[in-house]
Amino acid sequence: MCLGVPGKVIEVDREMQIATVDFWGVKKEVRLEVCDAPVAPGDYILNHVGFAIRRIPPEEAAETLALYDELLRLADEQDLMTADVRAELDAAPDATRSPKVAPDESQ
Amino acid sequence: MNPSDAFAQMKFRDPKRARGLRDALERLVQGADHAPVSVMHVCGSHEQAIAKFGLRAAFPQELQVIMGPGCPVCVTDVPEVDEAVALAKQGVRIASYGDMLRVPGTSQSLADAKAEGANVDVVYSVTQAVDLAREHDEEIVFFASGFETTAVATAAILVDDPPDNFSVLSAHKYIPPVMEIVAEMPETKIEGFLAAGHAATITGSAVFEKFVERHGLPVVIAGFEPLDVMAGLVKLLEVINSGEPRVENAFPRCVTREGNVHAQKLLWRVFRPTGGRWRGIAHVPNGNLRLRDEFAKYDTRKRFTIDASALWSYAPPKLVQQCQCGDIMAGIASPSDCQLFGKECTPDKPVGACMVSAEGTCRIWHQYGGRPDLRSMKRGAA
Repeated sequence: MCLGVPGKVIEVDREMQIATVDFWGVKKEVRLEVCDAPVAPGDYILNHVGFAIRRIPPEEAAETLALYDELLRLADEQDLMTADVRAELDAAPDATRSPKVAPDESQ
Repeated sequence: MNPSDAFAQMKFRDPKRARGLRDALERLVQGADHAPVSVMHVCGSHEQAIAKFGLRAAFPQELQVIMGPGCPVCVTDVPEVDEAVALAKQGVRIASYGDMLRVPGTSQSLADAKAEGANVDVVYSVTQAVDLAREHDEEIVFFASGFETTAVATAAILVDDPPDNFSVLSAHKYIPPVMEIVAEMPETKIEGFLAAGHAATITGSAVFEKFVERHGLPVVIAGFEPLDVMAGLVKLLEVINSGEPRVENAFPRCVTREGNVHAQKLLWRVFRPTGGRWRGIAHVPNGNLRLRDEFAKYDTRKRFTIDASALWSYAPPKLVQQCQCGDIMAGIASPSDCQLFGKECTPDKPVGACMVSAEGTCRIWHQYGGRPDLRSMKRGAA
């Protein structure tokens, strides 16, 4: 429960203090009010129980992500660390906000 | 299996660096003027990483890495569980993190109360508990557990004007004060602490400076990757051998000296530290986080008259009296010292709190094995 889980910031709603964050392809809403620094799209954050507790600069993310890549790749439901990471993902609600950017017309 | 593959088998991302760190540990333990060298970490995630990745097999035999009171669910004391159970049995709806449901109270856990018909919800976040309160008219009590990292989230919710039918029964704990208690226990012989990286993200490394001054024991902050843990231990042994106790940050990519000042302000605006018992360990001055008077309207303890006396009429079952969770959390005993471990006490039928929580030493050792006997392989690989 101390582990948290890192994700990539896609969009930031400064007024509501909420970021849309991509965790291994799953988009979640994460609250920003306890984060240590302002975040922008492209940054990574560490999510703990639905709150970003730290901004992770993009250049430092790879090192942090490696452990989680392995835990989620193994996808062993019985594993305590994997279960911890999954619980941290479940802590953040699915992103349901409509994107502010107009959708790509070509799609 | 080729013994020289031991490190590859241990899933290190960088076996060469892992070997370098292991060799450094060997050298430093030999360089100490005594044996064994005992250090303590205070984080369930550290123990998970150590056990899952088989790190104890890579540690020198003379190095003891002991888990201390690093599981917030496990140290939630019986009277705190009784408060939640009593409320649930009075018909109040309780929301809590999953592990809290099975932590034993005097005679019942929240899961027992739920089985008897009480309304108990598992949530993954305090936000989900607030959502429950918004969706229903009834009172929702969030039975809050966790160290400072998790308490900050509860604090953020309380300053954000939650609905009137929402309240918090705080069992939040604060780690630095319990380190003072464990450091002074004569049985532990701890020579230094490995502090948890993500808690220190909030508190900063500076929070440990007074501790070092008072107790003369070094503190090194470490991350959760296998290599982060090993690097933290190397740094800790260097400081122990230097004879100049100090705080070192071996996890600079996450932790600064000041920490997350904004989160600290939020934490102390909502909570005040107060003394209280930690299950099996001791009374810990300033170890419990309770709501300040300013937030009394959200304080379950102020809002309800909680009478848990009906739960006290049962004598504790015999097995519980043999449980060694207290000594295990204080670092005096290992799960394998407990005669119930893996026999009468298993994750399916836990006797003590350490077997309940995913961050409890017994639960972790039961899943991964605490001391995998790979030493012969390690010697072969050396």
